[in-house]
Amino acid sequence: MEKVFFIIIASLSVAAALSVVAQRNTLYSAFSLIGLFGCLAVAYITLQAHLIAAIQVIVYAGAIMVLFVFVIMLLNIREEELRVDRNRLLIFSVPLGGLLFGLIYFGLKNFKIDEIKGAPVGTSEAIGQGLFSKYLLPFEVTSILILLAIVGSVVLARREKDGDIEDIEDDEQVVKVSMAEKSKVEETKE
Amino acid sequence: MLTTDILIEWLVKIGVVFFILMTAIAYVVLLERRLLGFIQMRLGPNRVGPFGLLQPLADGLKFLFKEDIVPLEADKALYVLAPMIALVPALMTISVIPFGDKIVILGREIALHITSVNVGLLVVFALTSLGVYGIALAGWSSNSKYSLMGGLRSSAQLISYELALSLSVVGVIIFSGSLDLVEVVKQQNSFWLGFIPKWNIFTQPIGFLIFLIAAIAETNRVPFDLPEAETELVAGFHTEYSSMKFAMFFIAEYANMVTASSMATLLFLGGWYGPFVDKFPLLGPIYFSLKILFFLFLYIWLRGTLPRFRYDQLMRFGWKFLIPVALANVVLVAGLALLIY
Amino acid sequence: MVPLSWYLILSAILFTIGAVGVFLKRNVITIFMCIELMLNAVNLTLVAFSSFYKQVYGQLFVFIVMTVAAAEAGVGLALVISVFRNRETLDVDKSNILKL
Repeated sequence: MEKVFFIIIASLSVAAALSVVAQRNTLYSAFSLIGLFGCLAVAYITLQAHLIAAIQVIVYAGAIMVLFVFVIMLLNIREEELRVDRNRLLIFSVPLGGLLFGLIYFGLKNFKIDEIKGAPVGTSEAIGQGLFSKYLLPFEVTSILILLAIVGSVVLARREKDGDIEDIEDDEQVVKVSMAEKSKVEETKE
Repeated sequence: MLTTDILIEWLVKIGVVFFILMTAIAYVVLLERRLLGFIQMRLGPNRVGPFGLLQPLADGLKFLFKEDIVPLEADKALYVLAPMIALVPALMTISVIPFGDKIVILGREIALHITSVNVGLLVVFALTSLGVYGIALAGWSSNSKYSLMGGLRSSAQLISYELALSLSVVGVIIFSGSLDLVEVVKQQNSFWLGFIPKWNIFTQPIGFLIFLIAAIAETNRVPFDLPEAETELVAGFHTEYSSMKFAMFFIAEYANMVTASSMATLLFLGGWYGPFVDKFPLLGPIYFSLKILFFLFLYIWLRGTLPRFRYDQLMRFGWKFLIPVALANVVLVAGLALLIY
Repeated sequence: MVPLSWYLILSAILFTIGAVGVFLKRNVITIFMCIELMLNAVNLTLVAFSSFYKQVYGQLFVFIVMTVAAAEAGVGLALVISVFRNRETLDVDKSNILKL
């Protein structure tokens, strides 16, 4: 039962991932990626990591991908032009990908662990405890990283001098995701 | 284990809640039209049935029989998909919202929520944050200037105000110490001095106001209805939509209003608690609906009263006022929590 | 119970698809999305290990990875916007002179 469910989720996510790469329309790629994030959230639920599943949807599907979709719409990118040397690229990259997968696969193929008994660990309490005790330093460092990202994106997306309303809009959009992330981090403090 | 009677209980609950939600949405539309009429000194729809009570039925029939138009240059697949993407998360949110404590029907103890998730609050946020794709896609796929403008505006607006929304809820989480909506409500059960209910609105009024404003912006309602501003964008993202597809956007908007109202009730107004609810648990859903009705009335009242923001005012208000205040509120509430506990 | 190796193999497949996408695509935004895909594949591994070893630390790393991904998306898309403004293209092969 669980295995059948896993196979369904896994094949859906592989299909979505393939579609991200195969689509020529960037917006379609973006929506395939959102579908993939949804599938992964379900996979996290099967792993008893409810908090991570919810945050996956909020942060990835709800904030990061909205930003992607917003930029695609703002720049009005309809179709990607076909490349002349497309076949040459395919000849190189597909075997390379196969090689990569082979390496990972043979490394992991026989990986097994003994089953460890115990309650599921993905509760918000446990994650909060971990973040605010043993991993406090990395947590604080990520908040500095976010601050840097905010400042960086404002500087980068700012247009010189002729600031108009639209300009303010894209600056603030870009800042937003970093801020969104930060608020999500704060939400789990409890 | 999954037994037949649990399955039946689920199905019955889903059916009943869905039916009530759809009826409520239909009548909120009617209420809005009548109330707006009252505010603007006219009558509003009163022809179909007594007091116009059958108007929603007539509207529904009309939607069904209208021609379903797909613009020639539209991106067909996305155009069809967009209203569904808007509607499904809006309806799914209701499944984690508790509307009462346990009651006993026919000797069975039944909890008054479809499903209980230990991160219920986050699930609501996750689902509502998905709704923006429906609007953005509708704007994109219609291949029309007005729709695209509406879609762009709405995605910018929704992600900006979502920040203030989630920050305003942090205060409630600090008090309740749980992301489970049932726990959040139960924490507000007791009284101060024997008669003032321990609702979060009294301990964090600023948080409540921020939540209310941000929720109105999230549901694209006046005075934040820029994505569909009739006077400038025709109808914004749903300019090209007709028939059932338009109805789906419509239902999604009202379902989001109901969700936002019930979240405000659960988080700040003590959910289903009220006088005598401990003795008669059936009163719970009634109190809950009354509180929701209050918020819905507020929505309509605002629509009848306020003009629309300009786009830059909207952005400035969200970023330079609401979010800093929300951040300050988090600090304030954290200090308060230290004092009380 | 689904064995751990299934999750790992799924993650390997996703990672590979992401990597091939980075090789194959020339649109900056799609390349970004492929990188997000690879990050997600890694997240899946971390959550799977965390859940099978009954240790919460894997999920904490996922948390931090998500933060980094958000920061990266913010700065990256700001770069995309400013490059597009000056160059009117998103092709990475045409934006190779290391200045805006």
